[in-house]
Amino acid sequence: MEDHVTVASPPALPSTGAATVHPVAARARRPRRTRAERLSPLIIAFILVPLLVESLTVFWPAIQGFYISLTNWNGVNPPTFAGLANYTKMVSDPVFRKALGDTAIWLGIFGGLSAAGGLGCALFLQRERRGIAVYRIALFLPVVFSLTATALMWQTLYQPNGMVNGLLSAAGLGSLQHAWLANSSTALYAQILPALWREIGYIMVLYLAGLKGIDPTLYEAARVDGASAWQQFRNVTLPQLRSVNAVVLSVIIIDSLRSFDVVWALTQGGPYNSSQLLSTYMYQTAFVNTNYGYGCALAVAIFVLAFGVIVTYLIRAFKESD
Amino acid sequence: MAATAHAKKLSSGRLSTKRLGTKRLGTIGFHAGASALALVWFLPIALILVISFRSTDDVLSHGLNALPRSFAPGNYASAWTGGGMERALINSAIVAVPAVALTLLLASMAAFALSRYQIPLRRTLILLMLAGNLLPPQILLVPVAKLSQQFGLYDSLATLIAVEIGFGLGFYVFVLQGFMRTIPGEIQQAALLDGAGPWAVYWRIVLPLTRPALAALGALSFTWVFNDLLWPITVLVTQTKMPVTPALLGLQGQYVSYWNVIAAGSVIAAIPTVAVFLRFQRHFIAGLNLGAVK
Repeated sequence: MEDHVTVASPPALPSTGAATVHPVAARARRPRRTRAERLSPLIIAFILVPLLVESLTVFWPAIQGFYISLTNWNGVNPPTFAGLANYTKMVSDPVFRKALGDTAIWLGIFGGLSAAGGLGCALFLQRERRGIAVYRIALFLPVVFSLTATALMWQTLYQPNGMVNGLLSAAGLGSLQHAWLANSSTALYAQILPALWREIGYIMVLYLAGLKGIDPTLYEAARVDGASAWQQFRNVTLPQLRSVNAVVLSVIIIDSLRSFDVVWALTQGGPYNSSQLLSTYMYQTAFVNTNYGYGCALAVAIFVLAFGVIVTYLIRAFKESD
Repeated sequence: MAATAHAKKLSSGRLSTKRLGTKRLGTIGFHAGASALALVWFLPIALILVISFRSTDDVLSHGLNALPRSFAPGNYASAWTGGGMERALINSAIVAVPAVALTLLLASMAAFALSRYQIPLRRTLILLMLAGNLLPPQILLVPVAKLSQQFGLYDSLATLIAVEIGFGLGFYVFVLQGFMRTIPGEIQQAALLDGAGPWAVYWRIVLPLTRPALAALGALSFTWVFNDLLWPITVLVTQTKMPVTPALLGLQGQYVSYWNVIAAGSVIAAIPTVAVFLRFQRHFIAGLNLGAVK
C-alpha cells in the first residue's frame, strides 16, 4: 500500500544512450567538477522564481501580519500604531480565554482520541489478509471529504429527529437526546465527533506504514522469550513507533489548529461563544467585525501556540536533509 | 526456533486440527469485528446518501431516519442548478487544476536546483521555504486580503490560485528535493558530458524519474486545494465565483432545513475527491506518508 515511501530509489535509467560518453565531447571539454561549476542563470532562476512567489504570497504578508497586530485598523481609516495594546486587551478578553480553553479541549479530546483510535484501527487491520483493503478503505473514505461537506453531513445527523438521537433512543438512552448543536453545553463536543470521524482514518494510515516498518524478527525474539501480546505491544511495538508518534503528534496539533472549517460551517463559534475556537474567533474578529489589528494579534497567538510544532518539525527536517 | 515449536505441534494430528479450528474461529471473529467497524464508519455516509434521494414531503412527514418511501433525484438537480453546485464545480476546477500543476512545476524546479547543484545556503533555503508552509494560515489572512485589494486583485480566482500555490510550495520543494537527491549523480554527469544543458537534464531526465513523487503529491494537493475553505472565503466575495466548499455553505443558507438538498449538495461536493482517491489510491496513500515520513 505504501511502498513508494520505503522504496525511494528512482526507476532504472531509461536507455537514451546518455550513459555513453562520446570521445570527442570528452576531449573537447575538460572534465568539470560540479563543485567548482559556475551556476547557470537557469538554475538560479529555478530557485529565485519559486522563492519570489512564496515571498509575495507568504513571507511578505506574514511580516505585515505581525505589524498589523501592533495597530488599530478597521480597514476604512489608515491603521494607527497602537504598540502592544491589542495584546493587553487579549489578556483581559473573556472570549479569548474561552476560545483558548476550547482550543485546548479540542486539542486534548480530538488529538487523544484520534491518536488512540488511529493506532487501535491500525493494529486491528495491520495484517495483510483477504478483504482487508475493503475495511481500510471504509475507514479512510471520510479523509478525502472536505471538512465542510463532513460538517454538513453531520449537521443533518445531529438534527433532533436525526441519526444520533435515533440511535440513542434505539439503545434505550432516549433521555440523553439533545439538540446537539444548538445546546451550548454540547455544541463543542458535538463538533469534535465529525472531525474525529474524518481524522482517525488518516492517523490509521500513518500508523499502518509505521507498523509495516517494524522488523518482524523483533516479535519472533519476544515470543521466544515468552512475551505476552500486551508485553510485545508495550516493549516492541510502542518503542518502534516512536518516530511515527512524533509525526502523528505534529499532524494532530496542526489539524486541531486548522479545525476552523467544521465550526465555521456549523455554529460559527456559537451559541454564545460556547464552541468558539481561536481560529474562528480570529476570523470573526477580522472579517465579520473588521477589527483587523486585534484579529492579527489573535493570529499571532495561534502562531505562538503552533511555534513549538513548527520548530520540532523543522529540526527533524534539518537532520534529514543532511 | 519458532519453527521447531510449530513443527512439534504439527506432529500431533489432534492438536493441529484443533489449531486449525481456533484459527478459523479467529478469522471469523476478525471479519465480524472489522465489518462492524467498517459499517459504523460507513453508516453516516449511507444515511446521507439515502436522505439525498428522499422527497421533502417524505422527510418532513416521516423524519430523517425513516426508511425511504420516495425517490427524488430532483434534489440533485436543485443542488446542481438552484444551489449553484454546477458553477462551483467549474470554479473549483479552474482553481485546483492550474494551482496543482503550477505548484508541482515551480516546486520541482526549485527542488531540482537545490538537490542537484551546489547551492550556497542550500539547507537554509529549503528550511525557509518549508517554514513558510508551516505558518498557521491565520497570520496571512488579513494581509493577503488587504494586499490583493491594493493591487486590484481582490475577489478574483487568479488571486486564489496564487495563494494556494504560494502556501503549498515549501512542503512540495522539501519532499521533492529529498526524492531527487536519491537519483544517482552519474546520470546527470553523463548527460552533461553528452552536451545536455541544465534544462534538458531537468526536463528529460530528473523529472521523469521523479514521477512517483509527483503523482503522490499531485493526488494529495488536488484534494487539499479542492477541499479548502479558509482561502476562498478570505479572498473572494462574489457568490458566483466561489468554489465548491464555500458554495456548499451558501447552499446551506439557501436551503435551510431542506436536509435532502443539503445532503445532495454534500454528496456532489465529495464526489470529485473520492474519485481522485479511488483512481490514484496507491499514490494518494504514498503521498500522505511522504509528507509524514519527512
